[in-house]
Parts: sequence; structure tokens; C-alpha cells
Amino acid sequence: MDTAFMPKEGLDDLIRQLADSGYRVFGPTVRAGAVVFDRVDSAAQLPVGLASVQEPGRYRLEESGNRRFFDFVNGHESLKRFTFASQEKLWSFSADGTFQSGLSESPRTAVIGARACDIAGMKVQDRTFLKGKHSPHTDPYYADRRRNLFVVAVNCTVCVSTCFCASQNAGPMAEDGFDISLTELEDGFVVETGSAAGEAIAAKLDLIPPKGARERAEESIKACAQAQVRYIDNDGIYELLFNNLEHPRWDDVAERCLSCANCVMVCPTCFCHREVEVPSMDGTGSDHVRQWDACFTLEHGSTHGRHLRPEVRQRYRQWLTHKVGAWWEQFETSGCVGCGRCITWCPTGIDLTEEIAAIRDQPGEKAS
Amino acid sequence: MSALPSNNPYLPMVAEVVDQMEEAPDIVTLRLRLTEPHERDAYRFEPGQFNMLYLGRVGEVPISISSDPAEPELIDHTIRAVGRVTEGLVRLREGDKVGLRGPFGTGWPMQKAKDRNLLVITGGIGCAPTASVVGYAHERRDQYGKVTVLHGVRQPRDLIYGNRFDAWCDAKDTQCLFASQESGPNWKWHLGLVTELLDQVEPEAIEGMIMMCGPEPMMRAVAEELLRRGRPIDDIYLSMERSMQCGLGHCGHCQYGPDFICKDGPVFPYARVRKLMKVKGY
Repeated sequence: MDTAFMPKEGLDDLIRQLADSGYRVFGPTVRAGAVVFDRVDSAAQLPVGLASVQEPGRYRLEESGNRRFFDFVNGHESLKRFTFASQEKLWSFSADGTFQSGLSESPRTAVIGARACDIAGMKVQDRTFLKGKHSPHTDPYYADRRRNLFVVAVNCTVCVSTCFCASQNAGPMAEDGFDISLTELEDGFVVETGSAAGEAIAAKLDLIPPKGARERAEESIKACAQAQVRYIDNDGIYELLFNNLEHPRWDDVAERCLSCANCVMVCPTCFCHREVEVPSMDGTGSDHVRQWDACFTLEHGSTHGRHLRPEVRQRYRQWLTHKVGAWWEQFETSGCVGCGRCITWCPTGIDLTEEIAAIRDQPGEKAS
Repeated sequence: MSALPSNNPYLPMVAEVVDQMEEAPDIVTLRLRLTEPHERDAYRFEPGQFNMLYLGRVGEVPISISSDPAEPELIDHTIRAVGRVTEGLVRLREGDKVGLRGPFGTGWPMQKAKDRNLLVITGGIGCAPTASVVGYAHERRDQYGKVTVLHGVRQPRDLIYGNRFDAWCDAKDTQCLFASQESGPNWKWHLGLVTELLDQVEPEAIEGMIMMCGPEPMMRAVAEELLRRGRPIDDIYLSMERSMQCGLGHCGHCQYGPDFICKDGPVFPYARVRKLMKVKGY
């Protein structure tokens, strides 16, 4: 399909067409002062007229002064919860000694409002969970959810202070990985399709030729990229960090880090999970369940009862050196997509871009 | 290499305990056999790889395979009772069932080591992964040169595989030396650290391929001493240990710099891990 234009009212129709095609439709909604993804059946449930103010350790929704739907930028949730469940049963063990897979066809799910950084995050997780150059095994639970996900991307025309997707080549425009993409303008949306499933839905919408809308959209996206103030200098970052594993900055950040793992929970690429056993109350069977885990917990590094990373300094270092450093060596990409969530949602406002810059400004050890 | 008969690598197969051998107090070798014939036929492993063993209603743990790959139907695991799962596993008896996933990880460089002398250095229960090397070479004696085993324990009662060591060490061109940090009744071997045994072996033993398993400080000390003695770093291999819950490179617990111990290891060339092993808390 060629680029098209959808008037503002078309958003309702898009939600309806997705629902009619058998998708559970999720969109951004406001809950407890933040934007979260929830089931929607009309555009009226979206955070129209709201913008988010995001700074290190701070998130507030405020009136944007316009009637746009997607100026809120993002909330703490990325697409991750739709592809990598925060908790799920892997299998069950029965009293007769047999195992039953917990895998079942996941419902077809459409998510409206995924940002370029969220899609980039999902593509990063693909490298961990799907068999390919970087992983010898497919995680069938992830693969199933991924296959049944319909992504309606929204290109960002507004950013917040914590955004730095441009420096991570992860936005603000989604190049691929979506079924339909929207760019919001005052009077409607520029619409593009990225898959056959997206084409099928778009064919049911009342779309008109974009005239100059596409150029206006591109201008806004470009302006959004240029407005970003934070960045990571990725040049030689793996060597930089691994040559500075005893840098005093790790002690400094440990003074501020609560080791609460908020950064991990909001990160679109963090994939750690623990497997736990949940025996049934009747004493017969058992469920084998996995839950999101974080390298900020003591137990994460514990090997038969011995804590490998007892100090916060060691745990923050484990996280950051992997996320933006070793990830390159392991997955040929950064583990950071510049969504800025770990900065916004850190209770003490730790900013990873500052931590990296501090080490780069005063490297303690020479490259070996 | 690794054969996963199921397309869901998280789902265990069922294995039966066919034998149970007590090696030392709290240390047991379980001999397992997969119950499904097609899974049993497809199962192959290499020395140094491990399985995830599941004890019903308790949980899963990674355990190294200590038996010979020429008999892939019988899979030995030497287990020390140190936690909830292993305490249950060591109490299993013939006929009991467990879940088994695997094999996982990379094994010892047995091909690269062909026609070379082997120097096998272990500490404590760490000898389980390396026992697979000694047994492997013993069964293929003409393919390897002189085999030297240096085995360190904290106390004499930790010494396991007594009978098997006797058989291996009595073989031609095989030398075994033991060290214990604490003394005990009838301890006739070296009292001290395993590193000190390096002075007691013949020079050509040290020129072999070096394979180590045990506590990290011990492996580091031995590796650095061997480098000081002029051994090339590419001849030194070791087996690492971290918490491993999936075995697939997905759960993240064994993340080690750019590697997952479970899939990129557990056996690594020393050169790959040397720098990080120096760093406390990594």
C-alpha cells in the first residue's frame, strides 16, 4: 500500500476493524497517573490531550494543550509484556511422573501505540529468544506470542527529556517491525503498512491520499530526533567499560542505586527470568513457572548458596556493562534502545548516559 | 552436537535411575536412562556437557555428565547434596524417575587434545566434569599421550571416585597425585594445595593440554602458575560454574561478560575468561 492519510476519526474505525478481525485490542490508557496499555474498544479511551513530563526519577501527565492522542510519548510499559510474559507456566508435572507443556496458542493481540524504541526493543529480544545467528534455541512461548502480535506503531513527533532513541538508531521513526504505522498530525494520521496483515486491515479503513501530509510528518519526526538531548557514545563502548571494571564511578553510582530493579522491569530488552516450582496444594503435581528476574537481586548471581555479587556496585556494573557493552559482542547490537525508561523510573534518578559519560571522561585503566 | 528431541527445549524428558553409587558422604553418582526409546536413541553427548535434572515438585539443577559418550544410553551424574534439589536427588534409588533436559553447553577439547599429553587439574567436587576427561582418555588410550591427574580436596573424606581413580591410575602412562588441605587418617598424599603438586610431576606432563575444573581461585592460581612456567595460554581450558536455570542462553543467570556459561561454556579456553576472572564480583 502507498502512504495514505487517515482523518482523526479513523482511529475509532481502526480499533473496530482490529476487533472485528479477531484481535484483542490494547491501547494506551491512563491509570494511576501514568499511561499503561489496556484493552480498548474506542479511541475515547486513549490519553487524548495529555503529555508526559519525564525527567530522571520523575513522571507526570499534564495537559498538552491540544487534542492529539499520542503526545504522551510513553509510559513504563513497552511491548515486552505482550511477547515475554512477566509470569507464565512453562510446564506441569503430574503425580504419575509425566510432564505437560504449558504452551498454548496465545490469543491474537493488537497493540496500538508501540513506539519505534519499543519495536527496536522487541527486535533485540528476538536475538535472545528466537533461533538464529545469536541463539541456538527458540523459546516457543515467546515465539508464539510474537507470531500472534499485531503492532500498530506510532512514530514519535514529540519526545521527552529522557529520550535518546536517535543515538541508539532505534527511532523516533519505526522503519520496520510493525504491521501498520501511524504518524499523528493535527488533523489525522499518515498511515503506512509493514506486513500483509497490516495491508488487510488498512484495506478496510477509509484512507485518502496523503497530499503533503507525509512531508509534514517527516518534518515532525526529524524535529523530534533533533530535540533529543541525551545520547550514548557507542564508539568502542565494550572495550571502554570492560577496561574500567574497577572505575571509582561504580562506587559512586552504588551510593545512589537502591538495587530495586525498576530499571530492569521497565527495560524493553532485559530478558532475565527465574524458574520457580509451584507445587499444588493437594500434594500431587506441580507447576514449573517462570517470572521476570533482575540482576539487581542477590539471588540472581547466587550459585549454590554463595552470592557472587554481594555489593550493589557489582550488580549495577553487571547490568550496565552487559546492557550497553557486552551486548554488542553477544548480539551484535546494543542492549539499549534509548527509550529512557530506566532514567525516568529510577527512584533516585540514575541516568545511565551520565554514568557512561563519567567513565568515558576519565577512564581509569588503559586499554589492554 | 546437542540433540534436543523435543521442539520445546524447556520441557523435560523422563529418565529412570538405573544405578546409584555412593562416592563419599553427601556425594552420589546417579546412573540415568531415558525411558522413551526414541529419546534414548537420539541422545548423544560430549565429555564436559551437562544436563538439567528435575526432581519432582522441587526444581531443576544443572549437573555435569561424568560417564563415557560411547554409551549414551547410560548417563552418569555425580551430585553433592548442597541444596533442596540435590539433597533430594542423592536420596533417589533404582527405579525412581527424574526429569532430564540436555545435553547443554560445549565440551572439553578432546579432538584438539588428540596425540597430546593431558594434564587434568581439579578441586573438590570439580573433579566430576574432569572425570569425564580422564575416563574418556582411558577408554581411548592409544589416542592420547601421558595422562596426569592432579586432584585437590579440602579434606580426605572429600576424595571421590576411589575405585575408578585406582583403575585409571594403574593404567599405563597415567599418573595421579592428590593433595588435601587438611590431614586425616591414612592420608598418604600431599598435604597442601593442588598448585603445589605441579612441582611433583614430570616436565612433559606440564607440556600437555591442560583441563581444569574446581573453585575459581584455584583454577586461576594454577593457570597463572602454568603461564609463568611458559605454557601457552591456548593450551589451558577450564570448566566454569554459575547459576543456570534454562541451559539455553535465555534466562540470563549465567551471563559472564559476552558469554552465557550454559551455552558458550561451561568449558572455555582460559584466554576467553582470564580477564574477567580477575574481577571480584563478576
